[in-house]
Amino acid sequence: MSETINTLDAAIAAPPAGAPPQLDEQDYLWTLNFGPQHPATHTTLRLVLKLDGERVVDAIPDIGYLHSGFEKLGEHLDYNQYVTITDRMNYISPMANNVAWHGAVEKLLGLELTPRAKYLRVIVSELARISDHLLCNGAVGLDLGAFTFFLYAFNQREAIYDIFETVCGARFTNSYTRVGGLMHDATPLFVEKVRAFLRAFPKTLDDMDRLLNRNRIFMDRVKGVGILTKEEANGRSCTGPIARASGVTRDLRKDEPYLAYRDFDFNVCCATAGDCLARYLVRMAEMRESLKIVTQAIENLPSGPVNVGIDQRTALPQKRQVYSTIEGLISHFELVMSNRGFEVPHEETYAAIESPNGELGFYIVGDGNDTAYRARCRPPSYIHFAVFPHLIRGHTLSDVVAVLGSLNIIAAELDR
Amino acid sequence: MPATNETLTALEAVLQGLETSEFRGDTRATVPRESLAEVLRLLRDRRGFDLLVDVTCVDYLNYRDARDRFGLVYLLANTTTNERITLRVYVGESDPTIPSAVPLWEGANWLEREVYDMFGIVFEGHPDLRRILLPDEFTAFPLRKDYPLQGRGERHNFPVLRREEG
Repeated sequence: MSETINTLDAAIAAPPAGAPPQLDEQDYLWTLNFGPQHPATHTTLRLVLKLDGERVVDAIPDIGYLHSGFEKLGEHLDYNQYVTITDRMNYISPMANNVAWHGAVEKLLGLELTPRAKYLRVIVSELARISDHLLCNGAVGLDLGAFTFFLYAFNQREAIYDIFETVCGARFTNSYTRVGGLMHDATPLFVEKVRAFLRAFPKTLDDMDRLLNRNRIFMDRVKGVGILTKEEANGRSCTGPIARASGVTRDLRKDEPYLAYRDFDFNVCCATAGDCLARYLVRMAEMRESLKIVTQAIENLPSGPVNVGIDQRTALPQKRQVYSTIEGLISHFELVMSNRGFEVPHEETYAAIESPNGELGFYIVGDGNDTAYRARCRPPSYIHFAVFPHLIRGHTLSDVVAVLGSLNIIAAELDR
Repeated sequence: MPATNETLTALEAVLQGLETSEFRGDTRATVPRESLAEVLRLLRDRRGFDLLVDVTCVDYLNYRDARDRFGLVYLLANTTTNERITLRVYVGESDPTIPSAVPLWEGANWLEREVYDMFGIVFEGHPDLRRILLPDEFTAFPLRKDYPLQGRGERHNFPVLRREEG
């Protein structure tokens, strides 16, 4: 240190002729390594922060710790197998990823789902949205010191996991969808559990609102922190709650209604401030809207088959058909034999859904085989994390966790 | 929703003999590499395509009726009218370069870095074209079709640091 001061003194005393004295930025900036294993990153990601005192001058993200070649695997697993990989992308809301993947596959095949399958997919993806927002907001609370809030949120996520377990047997990695339908039809027990959740959840939401919305400590930490303007949100490809907190009104459920979203009455939740508080409030409001959608869907759940018919040759026929009809038996064998499967057009298409985190889309290139030639995932976390250095510049070190939490970065989806 | 006729007419005004196709409601246009920057600027400034949804690449090695080795895909959306358009640009193996879209959309930065990382497409004019998901020492481009699923042993050759040496 004394050497630095001596050099500085020398530079001030006798400035070199011509050029002004250049201070190396290393002389006064601290470099702080944040992650890859840090409790507030929640997942494995690394930031190299340049600090001037407590102020963040720059943040350089270093990602790729969880890269596992999901897109390469997509070229080697067939359309039904790959759904297990999509579970592991955004593992906070795997149901939404399942719906997005098979939505894109069905668009490529030109399949029209049965009304019951559409409604069930809407129900599970809205429950996934609630679960994702609960985790995201709960973790923001946890990182900023509101531990009680986090426990309230996690208690209700447990109820959603129970519902998922009832409908598909798995709590975490659901893999619930299949090409042309779903793994299992919903049972009366599922309907009963969803109804119980719909009754209990508004009270928790009210409690959560009361815990934080007037909490001075929380407000001071999130208000005016990490502001993203509307133009920046569009220019930086932001979607979902992050763009909507900045005043973008785009919501694919309204703007390009997929599945059965046209049938439901709900609002798109927006804010204009674009700071961490706005993102928190948009997520809280979206949970209430999701509740409205689930209520309407579960009460108007159409009856009928959940998979497309055997004439489509994509979804496995019901066991009753396999055992009692020749068409069912042939169709079953055609689908499960390794050298058969279904015909896929020699084409490429992109389909996206409004996942809890933003626009989650798949660009699929089909080449006639039962595996995709290319299965590109448009990952919202990846695109939102690119915005992070821009948001944090000029804020203090303690704001890093607030901004990171409000972006909801899931590293498995970030790195794929 | 698919691109409107006005958008396609505006595109045809700059690109004579524009190839467009439609599949399941997606409008796709094939753009020559030289005109890409101009077309992207036209779509953003005059047709209101303010959201660059995705930039990705497909390696058409051994693909039936392939036009060239790589096909770059630009997915654009208009957030007011919800129009969408897909632009496809074909580049060859010998000269895999393409102008960068970062001057138009800041969001293209990481998307193009990922395409470079996975396919080795060089984006000219990109401010920071480095590997992003793979380590800097990696030499291959793993999403190319001639790269094997299980890798070429890179993981086994990673330098190992022991605690006592570190």
